[in-house]
Amino acid sequence: MSIDFFIFGIMPYVALTVLVVGSIARYERDPFTWKSSSSQLLRRKQLMLGSVLFHVGIIIVFFGHLVGLFTPIWVLDAIGISYGFKQLMAIVVGGIAGVVALVGASMLLHRRLTDPRIRQTSSFADIGILALIWLQLLVGLGTIFLSMSHLDGGEMVRFMTWAQSVMGMQLNAWLEVTNVHALFKFHIFLGLLIVILFPFTRLVHMLSAPVRFLWRPGYQMVRSRRQASLPARQDSASTARAPAARPSAGSVVKPAE
Amino acid sequence: MRVRAQVGMVLNLDKCIGCHTCSVTCKNVWTSRDGVEYAWFNNVETKPGTGYPTDWENQARWNGGWERTKSGKLQPKQGSKWRILANIFANPDLPEIDDYYEPFDFDYDHLKSAPEMKAFPTARPRSKITGERIEKIEKGPNWEEILGGEFSKRSQDYNFDGIQKEIYGEYENTFMMYLPRLCEHCLNPACAASCPSGAIYKREEDGIVLIDQEKCRGWRMCVSGCPYKKVYYNWSTGKSEKCTLCYPRIESGNPTVCSETCVGRIRYLGVMLYDADKIEAAANAEKTTDLYDAQLDVFLDPNDHAVIEAARADGIPEEWINAAQESPIWKMAMEWKVAFPLHPEYRTLPMVWYIPPLSPIQNAAQAGAIGMNGEMPDVRSLRIPVKYLANMLTAGDEEPVVQALERMLAMRSYMRSKTVEGVIDEGIAARVGLNGPMIEDMYKIMAIADYEDRFVIPTTHREEVEDAYNLRGGCGFTDSNGCSGGISKGNLFGGNKRPLKMPTEAV
Repeated sequence: MSIDFFIFGIMPYVALTVLVVGSIARYERDPFTWKSSSSQLLRRKQLMLGSVLFHVGIIIVFFGHLVGLFTPIWVLDAIGISYGFKQLMAIVVGGIAGVVALVGASMLLHRRLTDPRIRQTSSFADIGILALIWLQLLVGLGTIFLSMSHLDGGEMVRFMTWAQSVMGMQLNAWLEVTNVHALFKFHIFLGLLIVILFPFTRLVHMLSAPVRFLWRPGYQMVRSRRQASLPARQDSASTARAPAARPSAGSVVKPAE
Repeated sequence: MRVRAQVGMVLNLDKCIGCHTCSVTCKNVWTSRDGVEYAWFNNVETKPGTGYPTDWENQARWNGGWERTKSGKLQPKQGSKWRILANIFANPDLPEIDDYYEPFDFDYDHLKSAPEMKAFPTARPRSKITGERIEKIEKGPNWEEILGGEFSKRSQDYNFDGIQKEIYGEYENTFMMYLPRLCEHCLNPACAASCPSGAIYKREEDGIVLIDQEKCRGWRMCVSGCPYKKVYYNWSTGKSEKCTLCYPRIESGNPTVCSETCVGRIRYLGVMLYDADKIEAAANAEKTTDLYDAQLDVFLDPNDHAVIEAARADGIPEEWINAAQESPIWKMAMEWKVAFPLHPEYRTLPMVWYIPPLSPIQNAAQAGAIGMNGEMPDVRSLRIPVKYLANMLTAGDEEPVVQALERMLAMRSYMRSKTVEGVIDEGIAARVGLNGPMIEDMYKIMAIADYEDRFVIPTTHREEVEDAYNLRGGCGFTDSNGCSGGISKGNLFGGNKRPLKMPTEAV
């Protein structure tokens, strides 16, 4: 059994299973540990710029990979986007965002390792995952130089085929990518490794990105212990302002187990 | 009208002696843990001073609280929801721990374990964050105690706004007062509004504002959102924490720890009924000086039949309505109008109110020459400038503060004439818009301040809303998951924090 089969054939399924099961288990069993672990309170310096660069960069890179790998190839053909053009887009957008993210990650990693306050309060997982992401960004940017030598988009299509076949449960998908450059393989391996580690690190805060805040009615949150809701109110004018309240029946109050 | 009940607090600053018993007992109960060593859910500041965290009152710097936009909309001063989310990667308004102080401990062990030396052994400080030596402690939780530090620094106090403050730096004119501070459990809390996760909520039944530790994701917008800087980020657990108004005690009818242990008996707890439908309009009053009156207008008279009916319809227990009728808070805030909200201009409609302190007459040498207002000295000649108190308590409007101080002086004068001279002088009472029985009631509650007059707290009827059978064998109130103490050791998720090792031997 070759290492390629392990990385491209088995590991994606292991990674996805750990990601889903692990995240659900953590959210259910230990919601208290579900957090972003911000260290801004302890040291503002280097975080203000580093964190913004890192997050903005990595969000673009993340969604770039998601859209780039999982858009069905027939959609590209239907819209009429040539493979070469798509690859060029990926190189330009991904390259710029990747450099931005790498600069940010470098600032954050330097801060985490050298600032005594941050170093002392970091867990092994905090340092490890940041170092892994930093390395992954570096390797990812490195693959751009390989891609420059074949701009026809062929290799990119093979990665797309592989990714989509994996999702389609086609177990022979790994054969698509056996003879790509080792740097690509390493990049995919690291990516899957990060996915596996995801539920065990602070990365889980990605799943709690608070976009719901934007359509939360009103600003205030009110919780009630009341089991049954109050009888309807006569003055309808005041119900317009009701969003301030969010009476959620009983269930909210969980006695400490 | 939507009637809700809130447990409010009043602090009688006239009697605060600045002993910090409230802070220390609170600390021992709630924040004697890793990550919140720097946090004081209750602290006592000496005013004038910049406070803790430094300069907290200056919202031009911290952007806490609410603002009324040009178009007349009410939104958090740190920005609309979009702005708040845009700052989520790095919050420009978040204080650094040095704005509070770097928590420290001392090498006490060195005092007994030091080898024989020429110099006397000392216990030198160490950081509680890094464990490293701190050569010089630059700040502490009460750095300006009893006017410590230069006047030039202390006078950056925001409450000097509009005051010629230079003369108060002179020894003869100096003044001071204590300001114990805790979470205001606001009617319109800016922390809850800023929380992107929706983890901060106000309890409908008693108005206590709490942070759901399992829903908090540590986005830290509440810390900057709260204008009183009374939400603290626990750097160890990565969650925000705040004063809980000792809700386990309140629920069983006991006063908070800070109130229970107050040796000056300055703290009062009682129920206020308010109209939840009026909150937004009140917080959005056009002029900041209108905010105090607007908040008074939100409160509902517990003796009014229409209010009682509405309260019953809205599910407020009979016991709570009775408590609201007996509430010392209602008397001080509404009947006598001697208590005021702290910084109403932040538009949060705070529910911890303050009775302004009286102070000695400005210049003793001129005691005979100063303006007497009938029997009583003119309150504007008291040592603490009325404008200073007004900036703190009524957004700069002096009239209500003057009236409160006059009423407190009248109470003294009336009771002195009654008990010393045996003369009941209704004229004194009438001059400040009160009458004899009211003043005697004031005297009983504010001066004698018996335990049962200070704390009128109905118990929470949890038995009506949850099945106690499910609670048997439980851990009661815990910080977090199940029976754990809030700190995950050797956890599968989130890794293991290295425990801080304090070196036992000083180098």
